[in-house]
Amino acid sequence: MEFYKSSTPKIDFPEKIRGEAKFTDDFVLPGMLYAQTVRSTIAKGKIKEIKLPELPEGYYWISAKDIPGENVVNIIFSDWPIFADKEVNYVGEPIGLFVGENKEVLHKLCQQISVIYEEEKPVFDLVNSYIHKEFTKGDFSKAEKNAVKTIKETYETGYQEQAYIEPQGILCYIDEDDKFYLTGSMQCPFYIRKAVARALGIAPEKVRVKQPAVGGAFGGKEHYPSLTGSQLAVAVNKIHRPVKMCFERFEDMAYTTKRHPSVSTYEAFIGKNNEILGLRIRVKLNGGAYKGCSGVVLSRALIASCNAYVFENLDVAGDVYCTNTVPTAAFRGFGAPQTIFAMEMFIHHVAKELGVDPLQLRMKYLAKQGDITTNSGEFHDPIVLPQLLDKAMEMSDYKRKVVEYAKPGSNKGIGMSLFLHGCGFTGSGESTIINGKVKLIKDENDHVHVYASSADFGQGNRTTLARIVSNTLGLPAEQCTMEAADTDHTPDSGPTAASRTIIIVGFLMEKAAKQLKKIWKSGVRQEHIESYVGPSYIHWDEDTMQGDAYPSYSWGVNIVEVSFDPVSYQIKVDHCWSTYDVGRVVDERIAVGQADGGLLQGLGYGYLEHMGIKDGKFRNRSLSDYIIPTFEDAPPMETAFIDNPFIYGANGAKGMGELTLVGGAPAIALAIEQAIGHKVNKIPATPEYIMEVINHDKH
Amino acid sequence: MTSIKFRLNGKDVAVDLDPSMRLIDVLRDHFSLKGVKEGCGEGSCGACVVLMDGYSVNSCLLPLANVEGHEIVTIEGFKETKQFDVLQKAFAEVGGSQCGFCSPGMIIAAQSLLSHNPHPTEEEIKAHMSGNLCRCTGYQAIVQAVEIASKKGAGLW
Repeated sequence: MEFYKSSTPKIDFPEKIRGEAKFTDDFVLPGMLYAQTVRSTIAKGKIKEIKLPELPEGYYWISAKDIPGENVVNIIFSDWPIFADKEVNYVGEPIGLFVGENKEVLHKLCQQISVIYEEEKPVFDLVNSYIHKEFTKGDFSKAEKNAVKTIKETYETGYQEQAYIEPQGILCYIDEDDKFYLTGSMQCPFYIRKAVARALGIAPEKVRVKQPAVGGAFGGKEHYPSLTGSQLAVAVNKIHRPVKMCFERFEDMAYTTKRHPSVSTYEAFIGKNNEILGLRIRVKLNGGAYKGCSGVVLSRALIASCNAYVFENLDVAGDVYCTNTVPTAAFRGFGAPQTIFAMEMFIHHVAKELGVDPLQLRMKYLAKQGDITTNSGEFHDPIVLPQLLDKAMEMSDYKRKVVEYAKPGSNKGIGMSLFLHGCGFTGSGESTIINGKVKLIKDENDHVHVYASSADFGQGNRTTLARIVSNTLGLPAEQCTMEAADTDHTPDSGPTAASRTIIIVGFLMEKAAKQLKKIWKSGVRQEHIESYVGPSYIHWDEDTMQGDAYPSYSWGVNIVEVSFDPVSYQIKVDHCWSTYDVGRVVDERIAVGQADGGLLQGLGYGYLEHMGIKDGKFRNRSLSDYIIPTFEDAPPMETAFIDNPFIYGANGAKGMGELTLVGGAPAIALAIEQAIGHKVNKIPATPEYIMEVINHDKH
Repeated sequence: MTSIKFRLNGKDVAVDLDPSMRLIDVLRDHFSLKGVKEGCGEGSCGACVVLMDGYSVNSCLLPLANVEGHEIVTIEGFKETKQFDVLQKAFAEVGGSQCGFCSPGMIIAAQSLLSHNPHPTEEEIKAHMSGNLCRCTGYQAIVQAVEIASKKGAGLW
């Protein structure tokens, strides 16, 4: 069956392009109230007293005292309160909600409330580690002993804001079945169901979560709606009326989770034949006030710390630091963009230092099938990185340009990144922890209804998952449809995260469809549920971080060409070329859309998207001062896929959502290095930073 | 309060509302035109753009008083036109919409461009559309969609 090189119409396209798709803020219910959050104005302290203004009739104050269950947001590590009770730990931490029917009155109440604090000294530096992980590979002491010299560098990456165009929003009410019904801008309906059940102290079955149209997410709506969903459920539990809370842009940017800023130090131990005997890697992530999912982000950062290269001896450790700032959490790439940036810059700088060609050095350590991974597991599947590399270099005329642009005064640069991305949850977690399920129902008219909790927030899941089913059954695409996730009707297929939707849920869909095909009886209603069973050869020890970190890896190459303006210090991206191995492409148009969008976010991370923070307050709180790429920043992008089917993927497909982001920053940073003739060790490489390194190197 | 009169999606309307209200709130809350989206509230993202006398304007920046006597078209009105049909087919062909939140604004901005410049260059498309942000597509597909619409809809604009 030929999936590749063909595309089907997107299921939700007509309603979206016509402006008819209903997003959270488009729902208006009879008797609906609005909520506005009262937030901490200080970075750290005890709450001594809350002086409430006089509440007009029909207005309510909701706080920690109203929570019938536990005052924690159910995240991977549940240390995040739903409402701050006795203490606050960051500027913007929610203390309570005002709820009522008029937003202007709510706004006034938020200004009138007075919270008396006993201020404490906040911590903003990376000094208090609250998560530590480490592992080694090979015999590192031998590498240390045999080294004739070492090369050491430090890399920094900044915050990155998801900047989905639809801000966060959620709506809750008690439905006709007496359930707490929530709909909102979300990635993971079952996460919200669990969180709300825990907050209210009720069974998860008493909570129903349904996904409406969602205007982009990129990780930013993976955990945060568990917080706002819990808050609204507490309010509805008290008031018994529908309540909606939609953030304005400034509130979303100032107080919701972002990508972890990082500082990574890489030290190479060099042998007498200029070989890299081993690496010592230290990674620091800023986790903000609460841990949440930061432990898993750190895991991915460390597992990805050698990127697509294999070194014999490693000493890897990392920490997440507690600071009195907004908690950081999931963002497309989930820890990997930070260390992949560091590794790509480092191997390039080491090559320069050793006087060897960077491409030669990279090729020497490139991962091959059967090699031992960073975490002492094995690369089980065929790796086509050399083909990806050749193709990308041919498309971009890299070899000629890299020589030509090296001439002084060219003010042009070309940079290349090679990268991998582990698909799905860490180790054997897909089989042992998540255990995702999907369901197919064939009705009496032989129409197949596809059920999975994988939320479609632009990536096209509803189209691709339904397509996997129709292709497997040999039916026309329109005979299989997938509805939006609804916890009352869809089985828990796991969260919509970690580039797992196609490789894991898609694989399950294919198995379910094969099963349905076997038992198919025309004109009869039939149902089939399938549970995930992963490859038996995957073994992982979470405590020692040893073994196979992921079921499989996707691979890619980005090449970026830039021009540098020596007067304004501005960078213009002229052209990009990318090649990817995502197993086998399910739908080419959707895949190219992921490739273009992911790369532009990765480029933005590398040179544009700067978020400053002072005294625990973000300085950039709008889309006018936090600059994401616009039409005029977007370069022409050419993308090619190399077919490399994965045995445990739907018709060979692996993951790709995050893969397309992780290489953007190092590719553009290397291009900028060449264009300006100075090292770039920090992103975003803004004009201010470029000016700084040029002036610094002059003196 | 004096009523404010304007044309909305081909019909004459008059509203008795605070003239300083933002047009976006009038359209979404008073007329239930939910295809007009709010992404930033300060004219940065373009999700709320509507046509005023054929030009795209940010309805989050426009006070109601300013539309007195003017013609406003939102996606709800525009989707009934031949021009919309050409544009939506072009967007579908190249994948110019992912999450869809920016899409109504993109379509309106494209209409504003093509109605004044039926055969824009790539640079002109990018310059005209740069007030509309998209975080999903990387823009390339949208530029291609406008180019395709410009060719296939030749004579419509």
